[in-house]
Amino acid sequence: MRRGRRAALLPAVLAFALGPARAEEGLVPYAVVGDAIPEPLAGLAGDPARGRAIVADRTRGLCLLCHAGPFPEERFQGNLAPDLAGVGARRSPAQLRLRLVDGRALNPDTIMPSYYSLSGLARVGRAWRGRPILSAGEIEDVVAFLATLREPEGRP
Amino acid sequence: MPRRPGLPPPAAVLALLLVGAPAGAEPIAPADRRSGFDQMGPEIQAMQRDETANPGMLAVADGAELWATPPAPGRQPCAGCHGEAAVGMRGVAARYPAWDARTGRPIDLQDRVNACRRTHQGADPLAYESPDLLALTAFVAAQSRGMPIAPPDDPRLGAARAEGRALFEARQGQLGLSCAICHDDHWGRRLGAAVIPQGQPTGYPLYRLEWQGMGSLQRRLRNCLTGMRAEPFAYGAPDYVALELYLATRAAPLPLETPAVRP
Ligand code: HEC
Ligand code: HEC
Repeated sequence: MRRGRRAALLPAVLAFALGPARAEEGLVPYAVVGDAIPEPLAGLAGDPARGRAIVADRTRGLCLLCHAGPFPEERFQGNLAPDLAGVGARRSPAQLRLRLVDGRALNPDTIMPSYYSLSGLARVGRAWRGRPILSAGEIEDVVAFLATLREPEGRP
Repeated sequence: MPRRPGLPPPAAVLALLLVGAPAGAEPIAPADRRSGFDQMGPEIQAMQRDETANPGMLAVADGAELWATPPAPGRQPCAGCHGEAAVGMRGVAARYPAWDARTGRPIDLQDRVNACRRTHQGADPLAYESPDLLALTAFVAAQSRGMPIAPPDDPRLGAARAEGRALFEARQGQLGLSCAICHDDHWGRRLGAAVIPQGQPTGYPLYRLEWQGMGSLQRRLRNCLTGMRAEPFAYGAPDYVALELYLATRAAPLPLETPAVRP
C-alpha cells in the first residue's frame, strides 16, 4: 500500500476508497506484484545510455557512492553495497524497478534510498522537498541500463 | 572491516538481557574509538603534526593575539580575567559543551567565547564562522591539545545529550540516511572517494583542505546534513549543541587535536 505522509493522515476509509492504483501525491501510480513492479512507470521506455550516465553521476544517481560497478573510467567507487556487475542477470527489470523505486518496501532497514517515494521522510532540505530523488523517466532509464549488466565482474 | 565482531561474548549478551534493551548501549565501545586522523594519508597526518606546516596554527596565533587585545578601548581583554591561557584554559575544551547557569542551557565553546564577550567585555558577539570567533575558539581549544575528551557528569546536560543521540540516530533528509548509518555502522568503508570516519569531534575548529580554511564543528555537521539532503539547522541552534554533547560522550576519551587538519 503506497501512502504519502499527507494521505496517511486521511481516514482509512477514504484512503481505501481511492483504490489500489493510487499513488503518492505528485508521483505516478504503480502496482507492486510480489517483489516487483511489472509495468514501466507511466508506461515509459527507458534508455540504457541515459541510465548509465545517471548511475555514474555522483550528484544525480549517487549510486557509486555506495555501490561498485563495471565503470572502468570511474575511480573511487563505494563499498557499502553489493557490486552492480551482473545485477541484470540476477534480477528481472520488474524486480530492479521495485528495488530502485522503494527498496524499503522489501527491507525497511536498508540504507539504500527509495528513489521514487516521498513517504516516511523527515526534515528534507528545502531544495529537495516534495520531489523524488529520480523522476519516473529517470527510473526507467536506470532500469534499462541495469538490465544490460549481465556479466559478473571478472568473468572472461 | 574493523567493525563489530560477529557475536558479543555470552556475558555481554546476558548483561544486555538483564538491563533490558540495548537502547543505552554504546554503539562504539571506548576502546574501539578512533579519530578521523587515523584514516588520513601520511602527508595530511604529517601536516597536522608539524606546527610549522599546520595551517590551523595561523588561526591559533591570531587567537593568541585576540586573547590579549581589548575588544574595544577601555574594555578588558580575555587575558584580563583569565591571565595566561596555557594555565587557565588548559582542559576547558575537553569538557565542553557545558551547562550555562546564566542562560539555563548547554553551550559549546564558541557560545562560551561570545557569552564572555557579552557579559564581561561589553562587546558584541562574534558571528559564527567569522575568522575571529574561529581563531579565539581554536586558541582556547589548543590549550587542551592531547588531553582526553571528558564530558562533565552534569545531570542537567542529560536531556540535551539524549536529544543529540536521537538526532544522530534518526533518518532524515531526502536520502533517508542517519548519522549512525554512516558513522556507527559503516565507518571504515568507502563512500565514493571518502573513507567514512567515526565522526569524532576531536579536532575542531580545524583546517579542512576542501574548505581551504578553518571551520567549526557546526560547519562540519552542516556539511553532513546537506549531504543527506536534510535541512541544516541555523548556526547556534540548540540542535547542534545537542549533537555536539552526544558526540563528546561518544568520543571520550579520545585526545583533543585542535587545530586538526582534515581532507
Ligand atoms: C546509501 C547507499 C546506497 C545508494 C546511494 C544506492 N544503493 Fe543500491 N543498494 C544499497 C544496499 C546496501 C543494497 C543491498 C540490499 C539491501 O540493503 O536491502 C542495495 C541494493 C541494490 C540493488 C539490488 C541488488 C540485488 O542483487 O538485489 C540494486 C539493483 C541497486 N541497489 C541499485 C542501485 C542504483 C542503480 C542506485 C543509484 C540510482 C543505488 N543502488 C544507490 C545501497 C545503496
Ligand atoms: C552518507 C554518509 C554520512 C552521513 C549520513 C553523515 N556523515 Fe558525517 N561524515 C561522512 C564522511 C564521508 C566524512 C569525512 C569527511 C568527508 O570526506 O566528507 C564525515 C565527517 C564527519 C565528521 C568529522 C570527523 C573528523 O574527523 O573531523 C563529523 C563530526 C561527522 N561527520 C558527524 C556527522 C553527523 C552528526 C551526522 C548527522 C547529522 C553525519 N555526520 C552524517 C559521512 C557521513
